[in-house]
Amino acid sequence: MGLHTRKWLSQAIRYPIALIALAFFLFPIVWIVLTAFKTPNEFLRNPPVWIPQTPSLVYFEHVIKTGGLKALSNTLIISTSTTLLALLIGSLAAYALARYRVGGDNLPFFILSQRFMPPVAVIFPFLLFFKALRWMDTHQALILIYLTFNLPYAVWMMRGFFMEIPREIEESALVDGCSPLGAFWRIALPLVSPGLVATGVFCFIFSWAEFFFAVAITKSQAVTLSVYIVNFFGKMMVQWGEIGATSIVSMFPLFIISFLMQRYLVRGLTLGAVK
Amino acid sequence: MAAASEAIAMSSGMPQRRKRNLIPWMFVAPCMLVILLVTIFPTIYSLGLSLTKWEIGLQERPFIGLGNYIELFSTPRFLHSLLITLLVVVVGVSVEFGLGFSLAQLLSGEMKGKRVIVAALLLPVMVMPVVVGYTWRLLWDAQYGPINQIIGWIIGQPFTYTWLAKTETALFAILVTEIWQWTPFMFLVFLSGLAVMDPEVFEAADIDGASGWAKLWYMTLPLMRPIIIVALLIRGLDALKFFDIIFTLTGGGPGNSTETLSFYIYQTGYQFFRLGYGAAASFVLLVFLALFLTYLLKAFRATVEG
Repeated sequence: MGLHTRKWLSQAIRYPIALIALAFFLFPIVWIVLTAFKTPNEFLRNPPVWIPQTPSLVYFEHVIKTGGLKALSNTLIISTSTTLLALLIGSLAAYALARYRVGGDNLPFFILSQRFMPPVAVIFPFLLFFKALRWMDTHQALILIYLTFNLPYAVWMMRGFFMEIPREIEESALVDGCSPLGAFWRIALPLVSPGLVATGVFCFIFSWAEFFFAVAITKSQAVTLSVYIVNFFGKMMVQWGEIGATSIVSMFPLFIISFLMQRYLVRGLTLGAVK
Repeated sequence: MAAASEAIAMSSGMPQRRKRNLIPWMFVAPCMLVILLVTIFPTIYSLGLSLTKWEIGLQERPFIGLGNYIELFSTPRFLHSLLITLLVVVVGVSVEFGLGFSLAQLLSGEMKGKRVIVAALLLPVMVMPVVVGYTWRLLWDAQYGPINQIIGWIIGQPFTYTWLAKTETALFAILVTEIWQWTPFMFLVFLSGLAVMDPEVFEAADIDGASGWAKLWYMTLPLMRPIIIVALLIRGLDALKFFDIIFTLTGGGPGNSTETLSFYIYQTGYQFFRLGYGAAASFVLLVFLALFLTYLLKAFRATVEG
């Protein structure tokens, strides 16, 4: 087989392979989306019906009526607050790590290592503190506990972004009498704003999808979407339509965000190791 | 920056210099305080818990030294959950790597509609793990699931198999689910790794008549080594904490046969209210995690710092 035929062949098999991969990776998502529009008669049938015959929004209505909106707003409030806190505290620290090399090489890696703390290792103390503070099932409890993974993440990512921008502008500002805090806030931070957005988006995504802490800390008032959906999986009966509807609500914001953030997706998911 | 601040400090004398050196530490202070509060302190507290008999209904919380740890390693259910966790980490992550790498290799380079294809292939990463678990629970369902239906079409007769009711196939289902969600991550990482590789190296190899396998083995893999290591470790560390999908896909069942460590620890705390014992189990997980993490940090130093 000549070089040319080989090249042509490797080109030709790519589309069938892409098609098979797409089918495998999209089928489950399509299935749960379709389930939200099926009647119980369709999703509880053997063999199952693939395409809903009388699609309706009845499960979405039911989800809205049974606290779905509250779960959605809880998720939004908690994810946004923890993201903003992580960005604020994190980028300040990241700036000092990147520019002043505070703590040398070891401190940044120490902070990064905190990102991998298993939730089970900290949950029992938090359970006792939150009980004592009467913080169980509150927004602030989850906002605080989500900092365990979001803050180290924000510091580490922002440090990378700060190290990429030239320092000359800040230096001349400092010589002109600008305070270090001013140089950070007015000069460096605006320069890294794309990185700030990217880091924030990932903090938001991690918090949005988080389940372990949420199921351990919340009960009714502060439930997030990930915990809310569990209610539909009863011991006696599974409300697949409602599970499908909630899944759609939980998925699509992240799909849109990830599509907009494609440029930073690899970097964000590999903690800056691959750019 | 250090040079600039030093220059300013020098010109205005020592006290000024000391103040300048303090400011960066003040920038880091809020962050360190929060990490101390939400991670370090709870971890130390948890270590303390693990040395006591903390159980619901007990009036006292006596110190029992390594009692919980000794009990752990003589509890089959704990050891089993450790085994399942390692199975997910080793088998799951290896398959994700193999599939993701092959797919990246096959789809690298120019291709019409590639942006859309890549974006679509990545969607599983963006689905909440809890939702992933329920979705696959429905797919595997013996009666209402399309998987049995499709197998039935292939073999030409109705097929019914209760995948999640038997340990072996439930484990298989868990692995498939985990692989489904995270292969796209590997794919994306390697695709961007391949994209930045110098094409001239490969053209030279083409002219020399190197076979595809030779190029893969002697060029692509060595060049991608740092990225491969980082990707494997990031996934491995995440898989060690495997919880959400177990919760919704099998609930740890049948029996307790598909419990992971995190799931077992959750049960000890929230079903049996044995916080001391659960904390001890979480420290075992922490030890495994620390082993992985040491390597990850080394790999990070190699890739990030150049």
